Amino acid sequence: MIEIELDGKKVEAKEGSMIMHAADNAGTYIPHFCYHKKLSIAANCRMCLVDVEKMPKPMPACATPVSQGMIVRTKSDKAIKAQQSVMEFLLINHPLDCPICDQGGECQLQDLAVGYGGSASRYEEEKRVVAVKDVGPLISMQEMSRCIHCTRCVRFGQEVAGVMELGMSHRGEHAEIETFIGHSIDSELSGNMIDICPVGALTSKPFRYSARTWELSRRKSISPHDSTGANLIVQVKGNKVLRVVPLENEAVNECWIADRDRFSYEALNSDERLTAPMVKQGGVWKTVDWQTALEYVANGLKQIKTDHGAKSIGALVSPHSTLEELTLAASLVRGLGSENIDYRLRNAEFSPSGPSEIRWLGTSIASLSKLQRVLIIGSDLRKDHPLFALRIRHSGRVGCSVNAINSVASDWAMPVANTLISDSRNWAQALAEVASAVAVEKGVVAPVAVASEVAGDIAKAIAKSLLGGERKAILLGNAAAHHGKATSLLALANWIGEHTGASVGYLTEAANTVGAQFANAMPRAGGLNAAQMLAGGVDGSLKAVVLLNTEPEFDSSAGAAAAQALGTCQMVVTLSPFKANMAFSDVLLPIAPFTETPGTFVNAEGRVQSFHAVVKPLGETRPGWKVLRVLGNMLGLAGFDSESAQDVAAQVLKPNEAAPGHLPSAVLSNATSATVDLAPSTNAVVSASIYQLDGIVRRAASLQLTADAKPPAAREGVAA
Amino acid sequence: MTTASQVLAQFAANGVETCFHGRHINPQIYADLNGSNWRLKDYEARGGYQALRKILGQDGAPVEDGKAAGMTQDQVIAVVKESALRGRGGAGFPTGLKWSFMPRQFPGQKYLVCNSDEGEPGTCKDRDILQFNPHIVIEGMIIAAYAMGISVGYNYIHGEIFASYDRFEEALDEARAAGYLGDNILGSTYTFQLHAFHGFGAYICGEETALLESLEGKKGQPRFKPPFPASFGMYGKPTTINNTETFAAVPWIIRNGGAAYLACGKPNNGGTKIYSVSGDVELPGNYEVPLGTPFSKLLEIAGGVRKGRKLKAVIPGGSSAPILPADIMMGCTMDYDSIAKAGSMLGSGAVIVLDDSRCMVKSLQRLSYFYMHESCGQCTPCREGTGWLSRMVDRIEVGHGRPSDMDLLNSVADNIMGRTICALGDAAALPVRSMIKHFRHEFEHHVEHKTCMVPAYV
Repeated sequence: MIEIELDGKKVEAKEGSMIMHAADNAGTYIPHFCYHKKLSIAANCRMCLVDVEKMPKPMPACATPVSQGMIVRTKSDKAIKAQQSVMEFLLINHPLDCPICDQGGECQLQDLAVGYGGSASRYEEEKRVVAVKDVGPLISMQEMSRCIHCTRCVRFGQEVAGVMELGMSHRGEHAEIETFIGHSIDSELSGNMIDICPVGALTSKPFRYSARTWELSRRKSISPHDSTGANLIVQVKGNKVLRVVPLENEAVNECWIADRDRFSYEALNSDERLTAPMVKQGGVWKTVDWQTALEYVANGLKQIKTDHGAKSIGALVSPHSTLEELTLAASLVRGLGSENIDYRLRNAEFSPSGPSEIRWLGTSIASLSKLQRVLIIGSDLRKDHPLFALRIRHSGRVGCSVNAINSVASDWAMPVANTLISDSRNWAQALAEVASAVAVEKGVVAPVAVASEVAGDIAKAIAKSLLGGERKAILLGNAAAHHGKATSLLALANWIGEHTGASVGYLTEAANTVGAQFANAMPRAGGLNAAQMLAGGVDGSLKAVVLLNTEPEFDSSAGAAAAQALGTCQMVVTLSPFKANMAFSDVLLPIAPFTETPGTFVNAEGRVQSFHAVVKPLGETRPGWKVLRVLGNMLGLAGFDSESAQDVAAQVLKPNEAAPGHLPSAVLSNATSATVDLAPSTNAVVSASIYQLDGIVRRAASLQLTADAKPPAAREGVAA
Repeated sequence: MTTASQVLAQFAANGVETCFHGRHINPQIYADLNGSNWRLKDYEARGGYQALRKILGQDGAPVEDGKAAGMTQDQVIAVVKESALRGRGGAGFPTGLKWSFMPRQFPGQKYLVCNSDEGEPGTCKDRDILQFNPHIVIEGMIIAAYAMGISVGYNYIHGEIFASYDRFEEALDEARAAGYLGDNILGSTYTFQLHAFHGFGAYICGEETALLESLEGKKGQPRFKPPFPASFGMYGKPTTINNTETFAAVPWIIRNGGAAYLACGKPNNGGTKIYSVSGDVELPGNYEVPLGTPFSKLLEIAGGVRKGRKLKAVIPGGSSAPILPADIMMGCTMDYDSIAKAGSMLGSGAVIVLDDSRCMVKSLQRLSYFYMHESCGQCTPCREGTGWLSRMVDRIEVGHGRPSDMDLLNSVADNIMGRTICALGDAAALPVRSMIKHFRHEFEHHVEHKTCMVPAYV
């Protein structure tokens, strides 16, 4: 640490850091545009020019390293004059169309112009006009005349998203930010460029011209999609969600969110929302009141229990549901005397794991940014978990060796040292090769004899990579979790982890996959698992099914066959925010999506994140936990008397004083005692493509227009 | 002395060769050139590669007892320091000092780069060196690389001069074949690989860090400094960059000693300098004369002002140097310190002469347009300011000027100066400042009368 004098104050600064960093730490604001704490330094906007003693010229604070005893003045005449002149230059060609600009009210240029701009312009020549660009359904580049060429978006692409989709072409006054010869912006993280754009050049296409920023209420929430649990600020006007932006949380999503988190809100306002309970009578859907619908369901369940026994009742639940909903759904099924409840709709293997074996990431999310070695098995990392990919990409930029076992070589927009391409059925064999290569290197006995005796070159390279370095992880992706030999993969990964010092974990699929396990939303002894229920039970034993927030046709490994099998049940009850499962359901109960209900998600690292409703439920929609509680009451079951969602959560989440806001570490474990079976899996692996993950993203209109939403060409077994 | 008609006849015969006249004064680089004696054997006949042999101890000089043959790295740098050779690209930084900044014990690749991206309007000296005496640059680079312990070098040649690039490549082949370049140069343990690189013609790539970016295959945009190329240059490795003419001066210095070189010029301004004299003179061309030669002498050997007109002003160091009026200029000697004292800079040595038929507004219009066109667009003051300046001067030129425009021009130029990433911002601002300082009355005349002060162009 060295000491500098900043505006007359003594300030400590790290050696090699810049004046801007020292000022940030000291709470001194230096105006800037191109500087962003997560991006490399460009020093091109020149707004942060400050007065440094002994330097004849004003120096950019973002690019001037501190030195012992340096005297910096950020508000001297010299500094202010330099900053004012830069502001004048920035404004001469800016259209000053703030009254109609979406960025108006939250615009860095507008804010700083108040402090440093003149009240009238000295510029009387013609202004520059920049051509309109169409770059896809998410980002509007309609007013590129507003661009101040800070290149934040360019650097974001190069450094964070891993793909340089935007660049600055031409030079001088003709310099423009644009995509390469008219391409669209297809990154799954593209929306962040809207956030980091300090002016209104890059704006959100779905949000465009729908509200002024100061009319919006800002409310915190949690993303219901992947297992990052990205923290959100949902912006609301008149009981309608109009925009979603990230809430900075360094430990979870930093200051980024994926496009899926950002633009999925469109589904919440879509015509496909179910706004009142419906019952199918004589093949025709009728809107009914809640009392009628709930009585219909309660009576139906009671009747079926009487006729066929409790074991004929089951529930398929979504891991995108809240902890509260999942807890009550599990209580409901068990209260009726059945064990038939499962959230693992896309799984092929259902080996039991104990209540203290909740599968999780095996490490913290933040640690993914600091890895030196990583092996990722069965994941389309970039599309399945955009924000985990972002962190691992960051590790890669500072030297992490990334290894993969996958069925296809997909582009993760990061350098991958070794990719072992193998048909998904043979992943256990591929991983065993790596294990045997590790065994040879370490001189230990391999966990299983590999048929070929000799591991392939790539497997050897992966083993070598994992044996070097520090801070390592082995991560099992969605496809590995859904795999027919999932436990064999886990056992092998554990063995490799043990012998290389790597943590082992699952990149769990959904926002609440960990929470679903904690809520015990899976069958214990004697229960039907998801695959069995999706087939209509054993020999048609399933008579009544409750579908919580899930659409088996799209959300399960059975696909269209599920619709047919479930259609044979006597009663199918769907609880969903959308008009879903119409073909085979008998009752539709409208439950609130994440924006309209309080709830809790537990992310991949076991972090418990509760949120409130940000808007009132649409129409007759009710929060899912309330619907389930009333249903429990009507069925006369015990334990359905919670007054609030918080009560429900509190019952499952005993206070965890060791690590507040986390599941107790004792229950999180990826240990398995299963033996390794190298026989090829007989099932094709099912995993959802990026914009097919859940009911909300499937109905998000703009996301469905992106390149990523197009049917995948080369991925096997992708649902829908 | 050749007459103007003879020079013109020579132009007609040879295209653009402008350095084969006998009017140089004590030339070192351009000595004895005729346009066809550029090959290795000709260069060797002129004493070429003797300097290299000298530092390698192969010149047959008697070796004193207890001393190794040849020169050590430190000795080479000491000689260059003694010679007071200053960078010929424009900034005039002492070359020996620059070489001594290169980290000697750096574990890894270091690079030597020759900046032949000669884009400054009015400058054409490096073009002729590369085309008619390419081996002198190669030898200079080999010596520089030896002094700094560098094994790889590049010569970045301006994108708009094709013949020079082809010629240089040919010369490289000759030097490699003769064992002057490559592994184990002249049987020694010393190795140096030199490659030529043809740029794409952007002015900004003459800025050393933009040149490095371009050489790395990226868009030519200057990097912010620090870090300087000596610590973070090509591919992030320590890199020394010198101008073509600087390298070309080195062999003579090694052969004749630093003191002799210094004696050619004047204190702190060693050696000869090539001036590209253009504009309103009878005999435009490249003139190699010792530093410290009076401007009047240079004007005289360039044939004097065209058609006997009166000298009005001179841009003494390329388009970015502030313009100086005739009376100041006639009192100057042509060297770094004298021109700086007069309020301009020697720059790249492009002497642009303007006679009394020239309109200063029109001249500035052309210069300002150039800087607007060549701004890389990276940083705000230059991207926005150069366009603003250019449009304002345009307006004054076509008769839409306002009385307040001159002060506004000054103010905008001041706001660009010293606030940009590289020196292009200053280069755009300096001509504006100096034109208005010295010729404000012409601008005012334009605003008031909506026409030029000078009669129609000649």
